[in-house]
This record gives sequence, C-alpha cells and structure tokens, in this order.
Amino acid sequence: MSATVADASNPWISWSYVQDNWSELVAAGQEHIYLTVGSVILAVVVAVPLAMVIRRSPKLSGPILGLSGVLYTIPSLALISLLWPVFGLSPWTVIIALAVYALLVVLRNMVVGLQEVPADVLDAANGMGLTDRQILTRVSLPLALPTILAGIRIATVSTVGMVTIGALVGYGGFGTLILSGFQNNFWHAQILTATVCCVLLATLFEVLLLVVERVSVPWTRKQVT
Amino acid sequence: MDLIAWFTDPANWTGENGIPVRTWEQIQISFFAMAIALVIALPVALTLGHLRKGAFLATNVGNVGRAVPTLGVLTILASIPSIGIGNLAAVLALALFAIPPLLTNTYTGIASVDDEVQDAARGMGMGGAGILTKVEIPLAVPLIAAGVRTATVQVVATASLAALVGSGGLGRYVVDGFALQDNTLILAGAILTALLAVLAELVMALVQRAVTPKGLRLQSRSEIEAQEIPAAAAPA
Repeated sequence: MSATVADASNPWISWSYVQDNWSELVAAGQEHIYLTVGSVILAVVVAVPLAMVIRRSPKLSGPILGLSGVLYTIPSLALISLLWPVFGLSPWTVIIALAVYALLVVLRNMVVGLQEVPADVLDAANGMGLTDRQILTRVSLPLALPTILAGIRIATVSTVGMVTIGALVGYGGFGTLILSGFQNNFWHAQILTATVCCVLLATLFEVLLLVVERVSVPWTRKQVT
Repeated sequence: MDLIAWFTDPANWTGENGIPVRTWEQIQISFFAMAIALVIALPVALTLGHLRKGAFLATNVGNVGRAVPTLGVLTILASIPSIGIGNLAAVLALALFAIPPLLTNTYTGIASVDDEVQDAARGMGMGGAGILTKVEIPLAVPLIAAGVRTATVQVVATASLAALVGSGGLGRYVVDGFALQDNTLILAGAILTALLAVLAELVMALVQRAVTPKGLRLQSRSEIEAQEIPAAAAPA
C-alpha cells in the first residue's frame, strides 16, 4: 500500500513514503551534495588569494573582511533573487549566492589562523634562513591549518542548510522536496523526510570534516576543541 | 528602469501590499520572535552560566541550529494544523533559530567571569542573586549584547523566508514575483529585504555600543568581534 497525498491520515513518519520515493530522494541528495560542495569549493578558491593578499598587506584585512561582513548580512532569499536575472534558473545562481556566505567564514578563519602564528616562531624561522615562501608552507600554514579547516567545516554545515532556499529557483536539493511537499497539500511525510535527510547530510559533513581535521593535523589531537 | 518606476509608483506605498505595511509586518514578526527567544534563552543561560554548568549544552546548541534547515522548520510548523500558514508559524520558527546565539553568548559571557571576581563578591557578602545581577551580568553585557545583535539580524533577515509559507513581510514581494514571473517585483523585494537587514545590523550595532559599560568598551572589542561570526548560525 503506498502512501498518497490523498491519504486522510497524512502521517509525518512514513516508511512507505521513503520506499516509494527512493529514487527522488537519492536524486535530491545528489543535487544537495553537489550544490554544497560546489559553493564551498568556490568560496575556498576565492578565499585563498584574498588571504594571501591580506597576509602581505594586513591593512587590507579591515576593508576586505568588512565587505564580506556586509554581504553576510544580506538575506539569502534576497541574494538569490538578485543573482537570478544574471544566471537564470541554473545551479550557478544557488552556488554563487551560497559561496558568498561561505566565503566570509572561510576567509576569516584563514586570516585569523595565519595571524595567530606566534611572532617568535616566525622570528625563529626567519633566523634559520627560511624564505618567505618556506615560512608560509612549512611554518605558518601547518600551524594555521586547524583554524582553516574548522572554518571550512562550519561553512560547509551552514551551506547544507542554506541550499534548501535554492528551491526558489528550482535547485534546492532536499529543499525542493520540502517546498513541493508543502505546496502539495502539506504532505507531512515528504516535508519531514526531506528535512531529516538535510540534517543527516549536515551531520555527515560535520563528522567527515572533523575526521579530515584529525587526520591532517595529528599534533593537535590532544587539544580540546 | 522598471525598478525606479516601481519604487516611485504611489500604489506600492499604500494599502495591504504596500511597502510600509510589509516592512512593518516583517518588523513585527521579528520583534515577537526575538521576544519569545529572549524569554526562553536568557533565564536558562544566566542560570547555567552562574552555576558554571551545562557548558556542553550551551556550546553545542549552536551546532545543532546550524545543521537544521530554516525552510524545513518553517514548513513543518506551518503544516501543523493548529499553527497553520501565516505569521504564527514564522514567529515560532524564527524564535527557535534565535535561541542558539542568545544561549551561547549569554552563557559564555557569564561563565567566563573570573572565579576570583565571584569569590570577591561573595566575600563582600553578596548572595547568588546579587552576584549575578550586580557583578556577572554587567561584566557579561558586551557578549550578551553581541548575541542579541547576531540573533536579531539573523531573525530580520530570515523573516523574509516566512513568505514562502504564506506569511507577510517583505519576502512576499520576492515570492509573489517568482509566482507571477515578475522580475521587477522580485528585484524590488530583494533590495528591500537586503536594506532592512543591513539597517537592523546598523541599529543593533548602535544598541550594542550604547549598552556596553564604558570601562569594558575598548578591552572587549576584539573579543566581541571574535564571538560574532561563529555565533551567526546561518544567514537565511
């Protein structure tokens, strides 16, 4: 017996919903993952050169972080709407909008991580005759890595939640299912299942990236985060 | 150019669907959501912070808030027959999302007051309530205010989403614009929601400055800024 919208009971939890709509759920999950990963990768790609610029001229950190702070205040509904005349009903509208939000978190953590490298350590590296590039790759980056990776993790988990807003332009992963379930006579099973899937996906990313953090910076393992 | 025509059309400044009414709706939704969140979060966080207990809860509630999609909670609440579509669902959903930053910042502010300061106050003969209200809260004001600011800006910004589940506010223009395939309406709505959010940020920054005791202003500025971003659960 398949659960249909016409079901008078309209249960919140329905295993038959999951069975009947398995392929739709998988497709929504795949879309959700590529929108999330795409946004975060784009944010990282933009953040790295900006962080390098700020490292060279710290005076710029105020204006750059300030500007991305203003962008962070703009509601995602507004940002997606402002971008959609440019990129149309395409995944790029969602990816670029969400990358803007991820950028602030990722960039701020990169800048803070690099700034927090102790001055004596840099002095020592300098005294040992390391070049600027060597100091960056062998000293600063490894020391800043925990903070940088934490920024990427926080940005990723937030992005998973925000992808749902992309439903507005038809690319929202589980968000599209949430919204269509809502418009389809408050189809409880679809709304709740898609929301739970979204939370599970966020949790999965959180755990996965925590593991990446542990593995890539083994020397901080004893530290309490 | 259509945008200028839209903004200068007197019809868009009057009536049920006019800019003043829609703006006021969004402010009202945000206000009630913040009021509910404050009533729930502050007593809990003040008590836990004073007792230095429940650090795990206070710091992890933010992670949970980040993982839960706002759209999901909005639609779930609006689909519960006794709540239904409209402003109530929006107020409740937004209140839920305002609680984590309030809880985390208030807890951290109170719990990070030096134990020696607490001891000194006790030595002067203060009781628990006296220590909390006369010593710990004043010292924690910068962080509490930062939390209120983060939560308020987030609520005002997210309130625009509530239009997706049939409530009022400026998001109405965006959602109606998409339904009617009206680009001008979408853009006008986007600009108005963005402006209101930025305005909320500016107003709350002033409020935060005003309530911070003079002696704490310089010292805690970097601390506050460091707190703000992690506390911002998710812009929506």
